[in-house]
Amino acid sequence: MSLLEFENVTLKFGGLTAVDNLSFEVLEGEVFAIVGPNGAGKSTVFNLISRFYEPYAGSIRFDSHDLLRVKPSGVATFGVARTFQNIELFEHATVLQNLLVGRHRHRQTNLLSELLFLPSARRQEIENREKVEEIIDFLDLQAYRDKMIAGLPYGVRKVVEVARALATDPKLLLLDEPASGLSVEETSDMRWWIDDIRRQMGITVLMVEHDMGLVSGVSDRVLAMADGAELALGSPAQVQAHPAVIEAYLGKVS
Amino acid sequence: MDNAQLLISGLANGCVYGLIALGFVLIYKATEAVNFAQGDFMMLGAFVTIGLTNTEYMGLPFWLALPISLGIMGALGYLLDRLIIRRLFGESQTAVVILTIALGFVIRFVAGLIWGHEPQTLQNPLAGKEVRFGGLVLGMEDVAVIVVTILLTGALYVFFSRTKLGLAMQGASQNQLAAYYMGIPVKRVQGFIWALAGIVAGIAGILFAAKGAVDPTTGLLGIKAFAAAVIGGFGSLPGALAGGLIVGVIEPFASRYIAAGYSQVAPYALLLAVLIFRPNGLFSQVRVKKV
Amino acid sequence: MRIVFKTNYMQDIRPWKDRYQLCLYLILLAVVAAAPWWLDAFYLGELTNVLIWTIAGLGLMILTGHTGQVSLGHAAFLAFGCYANVALIEAGVPFLVAFPLAGILTGIAGVTVAIPALRLHGIYLAIFTMALSILMDDIIVLSEPITGGVAGKYVGGVEIFGHLVDRWGTPDLFFWLVLTVTVLVTLGYINLLRAPLGRSFIAVRDSEVSAQAMGIDIARTKMISFALSCAVTGWAGALMGLFAGAFNNETFSVLISIQLLMMIVIGGLGSIHGAFLGAIVIGFLPQFLSISKEYVGALFGGNTVAIPGLEFGIFGMILIAFILFEPMGLYGRWLKIRTWFELFPFYRKDMFKRQKSYLKTERLR
Repeated sequence: MSLLEFENVTLKFGGLTAVDNLSFEVLEGEVFAIVGPNGAGKSTVFNLISRFYEPYAGSIRFDSHDLLRVKPSGVATFGVARTFQNIELFEHATVLQNLLVGRHRHRQTNLLSELLFLPSARRQEIENREKVEEIIDFLDLQAYRDKMIAGLPYGVRKVVEVARALATDPKLLLLDEPASGLSVEETSDMRWWIDDIRRQMGITVLMVEHDMGLVSGVSDRVLAMADGAELALGSPAQVQAHPAVIEAYLGKVS
Repeated sequence: MDNAQLLISGLANGCVYGLIALGFVLIYKATEAVNFAQGDFMMLGAFVTIGLTNTEYMGLPFWLALPISLGIMGALGYLLDRLIIRRLFGESQTAVVILTIALGFVIRFVAGLIWGHEPQTLQNPLAGKEVRFGGLVLGMEDVAVIVVTILLTGALYVFFSRTKLGLAMQGASQNQLAAYYMGIPVKRVQGFIWALAGIVAGIAGILFAAKGAVDPTTGLLGIKAFAAAVIGGFGSLPGALAGGLIVGVIEPFASRYIAAGYSQVAPYALLLAVLIFRPNGLFSQVRVKKV
Repeated sequence: MRIVFKTNYMQDIRPWKDRYQLCLYLILLAVVAAAPWWLDAFYLGELTNVLIWTIAGLGLMILTGHTGQVSLGHAAFLAFGCYANVALIEAGVPFLVAFPLAGILTGIAGVTVAIPALRLHGIYLAIFTMALSILMDDIIVLSEPITGGVAGKYVGGVEIFGHLVDRWGTPDLFFWLVLTVTVLVTLGYINLLRAPLGRSFIAVRDSEVSAQAMGIDIARTKMISFALSCAVTGWAGALMGLFAGAFNNETFSVLISIQLLMMIVIGGLGSIHGAFLGAIVIGFLPQFLSISKEYVGALFGGNTVAIPGLEFGIFGMILIAFILFEPMGLYGRWLKIRTWFELFPFYRKDMFKRQKSYLKTERLR
């Protein structure tokens, strides 16, 4: 069953066509990767899902909801979580607070019950913390739990971002270059985590990644893009062997 | 005829606002910081010149005092950047805003200590002279203000849009790291800009003091100039002048034609309207952040 | 260093770290509440003033310190709260109803202002609110039937449960009234910060894009922040009016707005402690200056000279020093000192190092 569905989506910035008549679907429970050279429109696809950009034509559906009808903040409430290419954490808050923000979509209390911290607010907080502590354990973040983001090394921030996205309890997790800037060991950790996220938590993963080792290691299907359009779609091996993909990366063989 | 007279005096006032606004925009263009003390800079420029040329102080000849005081203002601008603003490199814009507001307080205090709190005028060779033009009687000072402002704005505009250094300065503001990579000496460029802003404020101060009296609180005029800069779209030099002229002209007309009590509201009401309907001024420059 | 071994979630949710810390704050509260017995009338008045400024600072802290929206116009909301309170009392509404209502009305006014301001970022919002604060002066003059215009208003004591509470007649009761409001606002603030709403404020402050991606509605969050901030500021304004006894259009000038913002910067943005520490500095600076002026005057032959603008000048210098050397304010300095003692001798200089970033703007031209 398809969870996310792009249908003939086109996005234009002025005269530039960033995404060109793109169609694909992500099936429930799979790890789906988007690859392609810089400027191919991979992150743009994510930003379309997050509703930061308004498509020129086409439709985007998630879990039988029309995503184009909701506000950017509404996307998360359907169960879509994401990370960012350049890390967008809440710098002047602790790791724990960052993850707790991830719980925001499950907020049941209102202004008054929070100001007075009524028992309902307390119950909700305990619930939030149970969930968040699970994720901290899962991603081995105990050591950084009460540290400010501003002082953390890059690799840890990357993991915290994944953790924050998981804290929202998503159905679909969007990972924007999860391995960029990570060391070899950190990348292999990331690889196991993505695997576990899918297997243990049952979360569908859509990721944009350059590291072909990681992509072929974890993903079920791969979409190769160039200039905003689809080049090839299939298993990692199929895509890597596809002549159009080789041409896009290495140039035309004459 | 009366309206024409109002228009001219409004334009002359507007030019002073425009010049202060020019200082705001210069600094904003090159450093993305906003110098809330620009109005106080102007006041300081006026007092420095008064101190050099008025007979009760040093009594230097006017044309000698002029370059000296502009030199002093330029040096002050440079030192300010060198000693204080540069330390904030990489801090948030808000920090610079608050810092410059505080700096304004300090400048007002120091000016009061040195020159007292009585309003003073600049003794200058243009004082009291008039130009008759058609049926209009124009103060020579007003004419000088308008001419100098137009020339200065034009020169700065050409500098920023046509010369290599000017373009480098814009580059330095928009992406500091990339500017570094391109070999632009970002810090030196910033120092230069602050010096330039000091000089422009000095010119504005001299023109203002020639037209009317200054006292240490004159710097609060900067708020009106600020409105002018925003109305013109922060970041555009001709826009700053246009905004200054709009605010300058609105004032006398509002006080003539709108009920007393409402008239002084006019510039700020215009500012609010611009912010609500054209949040980035009349020439929008801001785009959505890319992630 | 005290290490707390955490065994249940409430230990993280509770606002205090452990019993020891709770006791400390309770003792502090008790000592302050007993102030009428150990302070003379003059200093009790000063302390009341400090608490009122603290409430105002807490109000602005919600918006600026925690939501990241810089306001240079909060004096307008002080004025609104002050006039609303007095107008309600004059209309015969009992104080215990008028006072909360004044804050709520100010909160509504704040939202009304916030709606057009939602699109404005950083510096533009600061300019917007500043213009508003300047306009407030004229608005007060123009709405003379309610505000008394330039002549202003006088307000005597108010009645609570049959007791007359008046700044001059019963300074003790007035002090306790202000203290009660301070404590209630502070408790509400603490609750806010440990609940989803407060965290969504911080999220909006630190990164709007990722706050959105977490399902936080930016516009709504900012509006709620404006509402809460203005309501608290309105209460501070109402108390200021009662404290001053008389006020007019010039009482709440744009300088007060600026002073309020500077106060929380000196105290430390983004912390409740910051509002208190900043208010203490603002409250006692004039006293300190007049005492040291007398001292300096005595040194130079006994005559004290009045130096206009001195207070603001010194204030400006203090502020510049803080922004340059301690951008996290007094509270930040306190945290460093405390960590130094707790970790002695293992404190490193870069423990509180702030991340500096190169400026990159979204401007296209």
